[in-house]
Amino acid sequence: MGKLVTIKIDGKEIKAEEGSNLLQTARDAGFDIPGLCYYDKVSPSGACRLCLVKIDGMRGLTASCTVKVNEGMNITAFDEELEGHRKAIVELLISEHKLGCMTCEVDSGCGLEDLAYRYDVTVDNLPFPARSEHLPVEATSPVILYDPNKCILCERCVKACYEIQGKGILSFAERGIDTYVATDLGGLWVDSNCDGCGECIQACPVGALVEKPSIGKARKWEITKEETICPYCGVGCRIEVEKKGNEIIRINGADGPANDGRLCVKGRFGYEYQMNDSRLTTPLIKENGAFREASWDEALDLIADKFTGIKNKYGSGAFAGLASARCTNEDNYVFQKFMRAALGTNNVDHCARLCHASTVAGLARAFGSGAMTNSIKEFEHADCILVTGSNTTETHPVIATYIKNAVQKHGAKLIVVDPRRIDLVKYATLWLRQQNGTDVAWLNGMMNVIINEGLADEEFIRSRTEGYEDFAAVVKEYTPERVEEISGIPKEQIIEAARVYAQAENGSIVFSMGITQHITGTDNVLSVANLAMLTGNVGKLYSGVNPLRGQNNVQGACDLGGLPNVYPGYQKVVDPDVKAKFEAKWNAKLDDKVGLSVTEMMDGAGEGTVKALYIMGENPMVSDPNLNHVEASLKKLDFLVVQDIFMTETTQFADVVLPSFSSYEKSGTFTNTERRIQLLNPVLDPPAGTRDDWQILQDISNRMGYKMNFTSAEEIMEEVADVSPIYGGVHFKKLGVEGVQWPCKTDDENDRGVLYLHKDTFSRGLGHFSPVDFIPPAELPDKEYPYMLSTGRILFHYHTGTMTRKVSALNSFESGPYAEISPELAETLNISENDDIRITSRRGSIVTAARITDKVAPLSVFVPFHFAEAAANRLTNDALDPIAKIPELKVAACSVEKA
Amino acid sequence: MQIHIPDNPQYRELGAYIQDVKHQKGPLIKVLHKAQSIFGYLPREVQYFVARELNITESSVYGVVTFYNFFSTKPKGENEINVCLGTACYVRGADKVLSMLEDELEISNGETTKDNIFSLNTARCFGACGLAPAVMINEEVYGHVDRKKIKKMLSEYRTKEE
Ligand code: SF4
Ligand code: SF4
Ligand code: SF4
Ligand code: FES
Repeated sequence: MGKLVTIKIDGKEIKAEEGSNLLQTARDAGFDIPGLCYYDKVSPSGACRLCLVKIDGMRGLTASCTVKVNEGMNITAFDEELEGHRKAIVELLISEHKLGCMTCEVDSGCGLEDLAYRYDVTVDNLPFPARSEHLPVEATSPVILYDPNKCILCERCVKACYEIQGKGILSFAERGIDTYVATDLGGLWVDSNCDGCGECIQACPVGALVEKPSIGKARKWEITKEETICPYCGVGCRIEVEKKGNEIIRINGADGPANDGRLCVKGRFGYEYQMNDSRLTTPLIKENGAFREASWDEALDLIADKFTGIKNKYGSGAFAGLASARCTNEDNYVFQKFMRAALGTNNVDHCARLCHASTVAGLARAFGSGAMTNSIKEFEHADCILVTGSNTTETHPVIATYIKNAVQKHGAKLIVVDPRRIDLVKYATLWLRQQNGTDVAWLNGMMNVIINEGLADEEFIRSRTEGYEDFAAVVKEYTPERVEEISGIPKEQIIEAARVYAQAENGSIVFSMGITQHITGTDNVLSVANLAMLTGNVGKLYSGVNPLRGQNNVQGACDLGGLPNVYPGYQKVVDPDVKAKFEAKWNAKLDDKVGLSVTEMMDGAGEGTVKALYIMGENPMVSDPNLNHVEASLKKLDFLVVQDIFMTETTQFADVVLPSFSSYEKSGTFTNTERRIQLLNPVLDPPAGTRDDWQILQDISNRMGYKMNFTSAEEIMEEVADVSPIYGGVHFKKLGVEGVQWPCKTDDENDRGVLYLHKDTFSRGLGHFSPVDFIPPAELPDKEYPYMLSTGRILFHYHTGTMTRKVSALNSFESGPYAEISPELAETLNISENDDIRITSRRGSIVTAARITDKVAPLSVFVPFHFAEAAANRLTNDALDPIAKIPELKVAACSVEKA
Repeated sequence: MQIHIPDNPQYRELGAYIQDVKHQKGPLIKVLHKAQSIFGYLPREVQYFVARELNITESSVYGVVTFYNFFSTKPKGENEINVCLGTACYVRGADKVLSMLEDELEISNGETTKDNIFSLNTARCFGACGLAPAVMINEEVYGHVDRKKIKKMLSEYRTKEE
């Protein structure tokens, strides 16, 4: 906070922070100065002139939104002259405005309408003629409608797109009375680079920009608003849901700790699935190969009977369960308690195995904790950000906006290391394009340069770490020349990147599945940790190692023990003291062996050792590698239970399907990628016939004789706090809007957890350097399969598409599968845009549409994994990282031909 | 959207110029001037190229291009016809002159004829109010214009071409 100064407004003395915005200050002090172009999230433009005031010592009238507060300012905010000017401006605006208030979406929530009312301006009493000619409405975007006739040219949308979202799609085109808001080079909105985040709509003070899917659905006064957390990615944006009755009308960004009101297209427009007709509303039991509806009692009794039979016949080891990265912490806690205490097995895992198992393994070894070291908003203040293996713009869109802000507003240097020309490359100082799967090599190469040029942080190494000597001996072998040979990155670029990162005051590393989904995933993560420790870029504000977690609650599902080797709070199942503690708390005999991972469960099912599988809200029939193998395994099971909100590719193999709640209907908590535990609000009533996930599990457990009697999510969290020290201080009543970031160990109201980890000392004590040698991927292109195949996510869809593919707005951006190939490859194989191509690997084959783009490297193919009908995972390799058991989803060899 | 930029001497010249002035303050206007002098006008592709090479948003290029009258996004003919729409000309029927020209040339305001001989534009007063309604072809001013005069003027320029 800056110095406090005293100013006077209309004779009243006010204390304000020096340099703060005058209009904001005045408004905060109760002076209702009008103004339409001022928007506190962007720089002031002074365009509308409504906020005019008189300031002693300044000539004429000044737009207060463009003035910074100074000691002793004496301001007139209201007098006859000022109010006269303001009224005249409103008259001018009204004369040029298409007055369609009675059918306008923002009627009774419109800045201009409010001022017309306040200054008593109507079309009949205008001193000049109203504009009669109307420009055409631009409605080509799937989600946005722009009516230039309602546009007051305040520039808020233009600034929101550039200054908040970092995209700069919008500008004012033409001049004077012809000015309008244009996209990119003035073409149609739908053809522009606009990705539909809707930040511009949220910024518009009038009805010139509106959400297309909401048009005609409700008048403002029929709407009630409630806040909760976005159901999609791990950023954990806070959303404001506008609803009429039990129907969502629109979603706005709310001021949450992770998003400051920002959203991406999924968070804002991805809600339609919630009311889809195909929501499951009754339990289903499979009989003679077909599902029939059943009552809850019948379905739950059947499961309890079957499970008891299997337990008696084959023992606890015959069970396995997939917890869920989409369900709440409370659901996951009850899930693993059910598996461990009621069924007696540690065979619990979930799809985190497929994304960040290697992060957890690697960072636990290096630092003692596997989570993001820093917080999302710290990215804006890092002076160097190294992004590798993360297409942040598409996978964590709101995090990408902070990275762009860092570059555009604060001059941060961005280094992107990625085989694909991802969107962030446009913002980067340096882009290193490595051969897929050569990460250890280039990371060692950078560290080789850093050590040789004396850029290492010796003090940090000496006082905070161990294992340096062995590590340095290995790195020595990785000269830039040798690394260029392995990775294909020119040695000059490796040297330059090393210098930029090492010389940064606050270097931050961001990574995601491009680093983790390899047989060397753990090695890659260890190398990333080495790089941060070598330069002392960890354990500081703004500076650290930041794995971005994919799904809304994948962090929480791990934290709450949805893993085969740990109880909630990463307490090891093989530790006898820990086991004794949980046996006492849970009053049950527990398994002392590490359980099966996702891929091992599938193998077990295939081999007949796993007899029963319980899946809560996951869809392995699309998400797992080598689907042909998964399919064969699921078919061999004696009994499969799936809890979900829709039928999925996986439920078709189930014996019983149980309908549950969607995120918008849930109470409980999600833990986002920055370790922040946030409270959900049940903003909608669930469909009749559904039950919450944890309730279903509790009912089965009770039927099997292991008693649980939770009556609310809050009660579950109380038990979590009791058994898991890192959640020890987490209580619903303490969470509020800000939430807390684990570790949060005390009940003290002021203990909001930890913003950044490893300050002064690492979780494990000393940071541990690991010597890591380069190992090539399990499968590389050869004569038969000459191209490099990679998979990943895209902005408009989420995971296996069970939710996003039921949203028409998202489908109109991207409706089905495709494969990216380079112009070079297209030419060689004589393939044109949208031609059907067949992609084949050693494990399977798919046919999909070709998209020709220089995003991918010349001999590479990229296939998004969301689409079941051309599932990338029919092709992917299930070769595993030996430590983390994560499959090598990012590299496979394939062939391509015209289909 | 991806726009394909051909590798030709024009783009190479513009590219080299951009590298030269890139680090100066506010290079955009200069670059657009240069681009217009090379290409004659500023088609989408050229604007895209400028944005890419200067590493600025496409929208900021488009905003500037459409703000200044000087920049043209349509090809210009060899001879530029400007119809004055200033007040004096307007009251003497400049709008009729404009539609006569559109008739004769078979194009609309802002366009260029197929044979590329003329492009047609309008302008605010160019100080020939005494001659209203006035038309300017290249640097030459023609006053008291009517259909007969228009036909004559146009055929003069057409014969010059041959
Ligand atoms: S929706 Fe987002 S990307 Fe598109 S113009 Fe608006 S702010 Fe920009
Ligand atoms: S569209 Fe809305 S936000 Fe953008 S300039 Fe017009 S009135 Fe302002
Ligand atoms: S960034 Fe993630 S959490 Fe935020 S709105 Fe988009 S999908 Fe939701
Ligand atoms: S609010 Fe200050 S000029 Fe518009």
